[in-house]
Amino acid sequence: MNNKTIAELARGLRAGEFSSVELTQGYLERIRQFSVLNAYITVTAEQALAQAEAADKRLAAGTADLLTGIPVAQKDIFCTDGVKTSCGSKMLDNFISPYNATVVEKLNAAGAVMLGKSNMDEFAMGSSNETSFYGSVQNPWNVSCVPGGSSGGSAAAVAAGLTAGATGTDTGGSIRQPAAFCGITGLKPTYGRVSRYGMIAYASSLDQGGPMTRTAEDAAIMLQAMAGFDEKDSTSVDRPVPDYSSGLNQPLSGLKIGLPKEFFGEGLNGEIATVIETAVNEYRKLGAEVKEVSMPNLKHAIPAYYVIAPAECSANLSRFDGVRFGYRCDNPADLSDLYTRSRGETFGKEVKRRILIGTYALSAGYYDAYYLKAQKVRRLISDDFKSALAEVDVLMGPVSPTVAFGLGEKTGDPIQMYLSDIYTIAVNLAGLPAMSIPAGFVDGKPVGLQIIGNYFAEDRLLNVAHRYQMNTDWHKQVPKGFE
Amino acid sequence: MNSQWEVVIGLEIHAQLATKSKIFSGASTAYGAEPNTQACAVDLGLPGVLPVLNQEAVRMAVKFGLAIEAEIAPYSVFARKNYFYPDLPKGYQISQFELPIVGNGHLDIDLDGATKRIGVTRAHLEEDAGKSLHEDFHGLTGIDLNRAGTPLLEIVSEPDMRSAKEAVAYMRKLHELVRYLEICDGNMQEGSFRCDANVSVRPRGQAEFGTRAEIKNINSFRFVEKAINHEIERQIDLIESGGKVVQETRLYDANKDETRSMRGKEEANDYRYFPDPDLLPVEITEAFKDEVRATLPELPDAKKRRFIEQYGQDDESAATLTSSRQLADYYEALVEASGGEAKICTNWVTGDVLGALNKAGLEIGQCPVDAERLAGLLQRIADDTISGKIAKQVFEAMWQGQETADQIIESQGLKQITDTGAIEAIIDKIIADNPGQVEQYLGGKDKVFGFFVGQVMKEMQGKANPAEVNKILKTKLKR
Repeated sequence: MNNKTIAELARGLRAGEFSSVELTQGYLERIRQFSVLNAYITVTAEQALAQAEAADKRLAAGTADLLTGIPVAQKDIFCTDGVKTSCGSKMLDNFISPYNATVVEKLNAAGAVMLGKSNMDEFAMGSSNETSFYGSVQNPWNVSCVPGGSSGGSAAAVAAGLTAGATGTDTGGSIRQPAAFCGITGLKPTYGRVSRYGMIAYASSLDQGGPMTRTAEDAAIMLQAMAGFDEKDSTSVDRPVPDYSSGLNQPLSGLKIGLPKEFFGEGLNGEIATVIETAVNEYRKLGAEVKEVSMPNLKHAIPAYYVIAPAECSANLSRFDGVRFGYRCDNPADLSDLYTRSRGETFGKEVKRRILIGTYALSAGYYDAYYLKAQKVRRLISDDFKSALAEVDVLMGPVSPTVAFGLGEKTGDPIQMYLSDIYTIAVNLAGLPAMSIPAGFVDGKPVGLQIIGNYFAEDRLLNVAHRYQMNTDWHKQVPKGFE
Repeated sequence: MNSQWEVVIGLEIHAQLATKSKIFSGASTAYGAEPNTQACAVDLGLPGVLPVLNQEAVRMAVKFGLAIEAEIAPYSVFARKNYFYPDLPKGYQISQFELPIVGNGHLDIDLDGATKRIGVTRAHLEEDAGKSLHEDFHGLTGIDLNRAGTPLLEIVSEPDMRSAKEAVAYMRKLHELVRYLEICDGNMQEGSFRCDANVSVRPRGQAEFGTRAEIKNINSFRFVEKAINHEIERQIDLIESGGKVVQETRLYDANKDETRSMRGKEEANDYRYFPDPDLLPVEITEAFKDEVRATLPELPDAKKRRFIEQYGQDDESAATLTSSRQLADYYEALVEASGGEAKICTNWVTGDVLGALNKAGLEIGQCPVDAERLAGLLQRIADDTISGKIAKQVFEAMWQGQETADQIIESQGLKQITDTGAIEAIIDKIIADNPGQVEQYLGGKDKVFGFFVGQVMKEMQGKANPAEVNKILKTKLKR
């Protein structure tokens, strides 16, 4: 039962094969059994069972949604009313949110059952889940490896069958890279497609929530519930949400795929390149035309990102000051001491590093050279994508230059860690939707294929991913010990 | 003022916009609620919350911009101004920096019979901070976030003013304008209209500005004048004694009538402004401007010109009567309802009505005698039912109660006596009773005439028609 897809579980619930309460109990038991993975920060068993009971009533009454009764995990970045929302930080270890994020509201309204809050890099800053105050997460495919980050807990939980689906957020690859490392399907929607209200901000102009699931079909079901305009988020886009499931089976004949040559250069593991080429060949068989495209400004994506994201985070994290909520140091001598120690005693190294970088980049005299320049680069990168996507329907390439690396392997070298996101970051700078789907293995560890689409073309992306999954079984692989 | 020095002043005025809810949240902006009862999740800066712009604040800013004939930016941007303070929940204030909503405009001030144009550099939208309460917490500080997120329009003038008097005239003019536009209640005690002044001095004839000091948060017209004058004196004294003015922020202490240093430039914050990624740029279309323009009321300058022309007022009366929209409305309602002479209405409103309001510490909106009731009184003067003097007595009674002028005249028997027979009889009696005064008058002492008038009025409880009294007395006391 634990390795079924959301679509299968929804059918089972309707067929009366099992109830949502039974399903939920099963997952809660597995979460206990595999607690060593450290995928969850908080498990909300009592609430989950209450939600499951309500879901069973809805199912019986025939008023159920596709997601009604389906267990999901919420990344601990989404505020959940009455439940600890830590964002992976000691700063918010005592923070019980008094309200629900819009995404949480929407999934609740659809009848999804929240099993708990999944582990993550502190304030979503990290590519390995190792910056979490609650400790690192083990990759179910190889427990001495990282699950990726920042949505590492969500990815590991889906891969290990500790939930049917999970939410993630993606600022520079935080859905796609852990999805790739854990062999699951992850979708980062177009910026503005999913409300950011109640999603604790890291870099506001880049952050976007999305689903992490076993299949593209499941991602369509979850995105359907998560997407839509929210008047509480001025950057959410007022545009109708299409039916993501109805077009999944459309044939791919005539699909134009672009391969950015910059994605296949130096730095890419050769075996990963082979996996990607094989996947692209599979698409050729499905009727797609493939051509090479060039996006010369992609090489500037990482430096631009590491100015813009820290700049925004330096302001976004100012509200954590020990005054109104969260951690407050003991016996502050004065106001300055209160600020310095409350923040100093809680924020981890990576968070401090990014706040410092961002503060520096915005300082008088440096603003033009860093922030403004980075914004110009951002525009150039968007333009590169626009011209490429004028020629082709989707772009394909690797998600990450390597497969999951070892726990502790890169923690001492931030630059190496940052380079882990080299193929994902540009997509956030452009605000485009992109997916990661399982496409093979290297050294027994999953490899993700990245598919990038045009603005608001999530339906097309899901269709392209789904047809591949109809013809391959990479997404059906289950890590040993988690069958 | 020392004539060797020229004073240069620019003002930054924070006008609290009269929206019902805050600039980025749905919480109420009403003043005076229990601490922290009007602060929602957004105002508290909880993790995950996002600002949503209140369109009414935008409308008000545009209205202001149109009224000062300013450029309205087709595209303006909110920026984050970063600094830590306990009453600033997010650790940054959402303001506008490089691209404000209102650009260059101007305001004309009248001083000593001359008109001077003061440039307005810009006006931008921003959110207010909360309040830190240092009393009542036994050495601790309390934070009230009710005010956090209240919309402000910061109006920045050019350094065009050359005296404290000009600065006050500009501030008053602006105060009058925002109230005319109904975008700010102008309540200075509650902090709805606050002023920071940039003051510098330079040797007369020098082109470059001197080093300026900024005086923060001056909350009354009187204090603005005093604070600026004090600061001018301080700077001149400093320079003349060989010192140098340093660029700094100073706080005015009204109790001691002095300014003192708050922080110098070297300690000044680097606010690290950058565009707020949570908010879209504000786009103003021509159609929106036209829509707002159509809601502009007649503005103070135009109204004043019209009052001078239409009602034959002098400059001073017109200025007084158009100093607020409600007062001008009161006046025009009075002219209309009384159907009488505008001049009498002018005298009554500028004299008796404003005098009584001042004495009672009331605004025209709180005037116990509305224009219609007052018109009833003025009609009785016009038709000679009562004299102007009795009218003042009736007005006082109207102020105290709800009765009409006619009811009071009737119940107190104040109707003027125009019966010449009755007046003659009294006059004869008084002439007979005061032979000495008669002799004095006939001997050439004109002043004594007033004595007779007074006696007659006294005898008739002021109800005699004064013109009749004069006429009959003149005949009887013919020299």
